[in-house]
Amino acid sequence: MADYNKPLPMPTPETQEFWDGLKREELRIQQCQDCNQHYFYPRSFCPHCHSTNVEWTTVSGKGTVETFVINHRAMGGWAEEVPYVVAVVSLEEGPRMLTNIINIEPDPEHVQVDMPVEIVYDAVTDEITLAKFQPVTG
Amino acid sequence: MPDSRALSHKVAIVGAAETEGLGKLPDTSMLELHAESALRAVADAGLQMSDIDGFATAGASPAQLTEYLGIAPRWVDGTSLGGGSFLAHVGHAVAAITAGYADTVLITHGESGRSRVGVGGGGGGSATPGGQFEGPFGLFGPPSTFSIPVARHMKDFGTTEEQIAAVSVATRQWAEKNPRAMMRDPITVQDVLDSRMVCWPFHLLNCCLVTDGGGALVLVSEERADDFPKKPIWVLGRGEATQHTNVSMMRDFAFWDHGALSGREAFHMADVDHSAIDHAMFYDAFSHTPMYALEALGFVEKGESGPFFAEMRTAPGGDFPMNTNGGGLSYTHTGMYGMFAIQESVAQLRGESGDRQVDGVETGIVHAPGGMFSLAATLILGNQ
Ligand SMILES: [Zn+2]
Repeated sequence: MADYNKPLPMPTPETQEFWDGLKREELRIQQCQDCNQHYFYPRSFCPHCHSTNVEWTTVSGKGTVETFVINHRAMGGWAEEVPYVVAVVSLEEGPRMLTNIINIEPDPEHVQVDMPVEIVYDAVTDEITLAKFQPVTG
Repeated sequence: MPDSRALSHKVAIVGAAETEGLGKLPDTSMLELHAESALRAVADAGLQMSDIDGFATAGASPAQLTEYLGIAPRWVDGTSLGGGSFLAHVGHAVAAITAGYADTVLITHGESGRSRVGVGGGGGGSATPGGQFEGPFGLFGPPSTFSIPVARHMKDFGTTEEQIAAVSVATRQWAEKNPRAMMRDPITVQDVLDSRMVCWPFHLLNCCLVTDGGGALVLVSEERADDFPKKPIWVLGRGEATQHTNVSMMRDFAFWDHGALSGREAFHMADVDHSAIDHAMFYDAFSHTPMYALEALGFVEKGESGPFFAEMRTAPGGDFPMNTNGGGLSYTHTGMYGMFAIQESVAQLRGESGDRQVDGVETGIVHAPGGMFSLAATLILGNQ
């Protein structure tokens, strides 16, 4: 894994629990205790109602493809992976996350807006696990 | 001539607060320092964050902060001139509030100057929200980020790749008439679809050019406007809005809702309706951008832009002349093309557009995104 050659995130204090959760293969998202909405990405307050009464919750890792592109042009470590799917997934709980859809033919015949997907934990380094998604299996 | 004394004692500071902690804050990122200050100042004023409709900051971008704070102001100022920027913001806010561009302006500062938390780090901003939540997934500049919303538009409204390609074709027809345009050979919808795939659904001919160039504008008050060699082109209306910086945080992928807010601001100020618009410049970073603009500004209903462009109504001879210089797709695109969109609107209003001049242009509209649909800005210009 030492030779992972794509951009890596650098967690901040507010996002550390999200990244630690992925490492444990848990999708950790914050939920507002006042308006009950989940939100993403992590921060110390709810971006919907601005309450600071928020808590971390473990969510299902299931969702649907909100929108996507299929990238055919890339550099660095991504160059050898083209074409690949970059998508925004809407989680069951509401928030949206940018991600890759993997384990699917990267063409618009197979990737569909609104298709159900589930999380895949991709441990790209010892420190960082990325949340990717694949078509729901079974 | 307008006199700044007219703005004296017109605007007051009603909320002010610092972060609770100061000094060494290794557990708080730069954005959180902005946010904590913002929440405390708004509370100090007895207001809700949803009351904020004007926003200024320096260092960080206003688009980044509006996303973080979950607000969509209709006036923003990112003037970034160093440590004194916030004094300048106060002065700009006085003008904005007096003009009616905003009612309640929030100005924030946050800096992890000592602990350097969330201020980027190695690898080009890998600690920012974009660096953490978009960067690891293989995005490569505008072709793979600006394009992300469009599949939702295609799904919701049945918009086709052929309709999107028609934008490029119509725009090229204008470029054929412009000797300064970089790309002037005629193209067809099939040519667009046959050009190299860059990032589905966008082929090479769906993407703007990459060029060098520049432009500039000079503005004066009404009292002096007739003292110059060329006839004045009047700013009739303006609008602006922002609510995200990372495209994955766009609130509605099928509709540019803060583009609509910007447009409403401009039409309100100009006090004209859509039938007054004779000419349009809709920033075309990609061929879907003018489609989103057409719908956001209310020239057509949601989802109707695909058929509209497929009918070539924006091409020479059509009833909605748009991007008559050849646009970012065929004329030029330096990176921040909005200046060229204004230049062509002015040229058309002056009657200086040569072979591509549209007859009888009295009122034009210019509308542009900034970043990946993150800013929306609108101008309505006139020559009467
Ligand atoms: Zn809430």
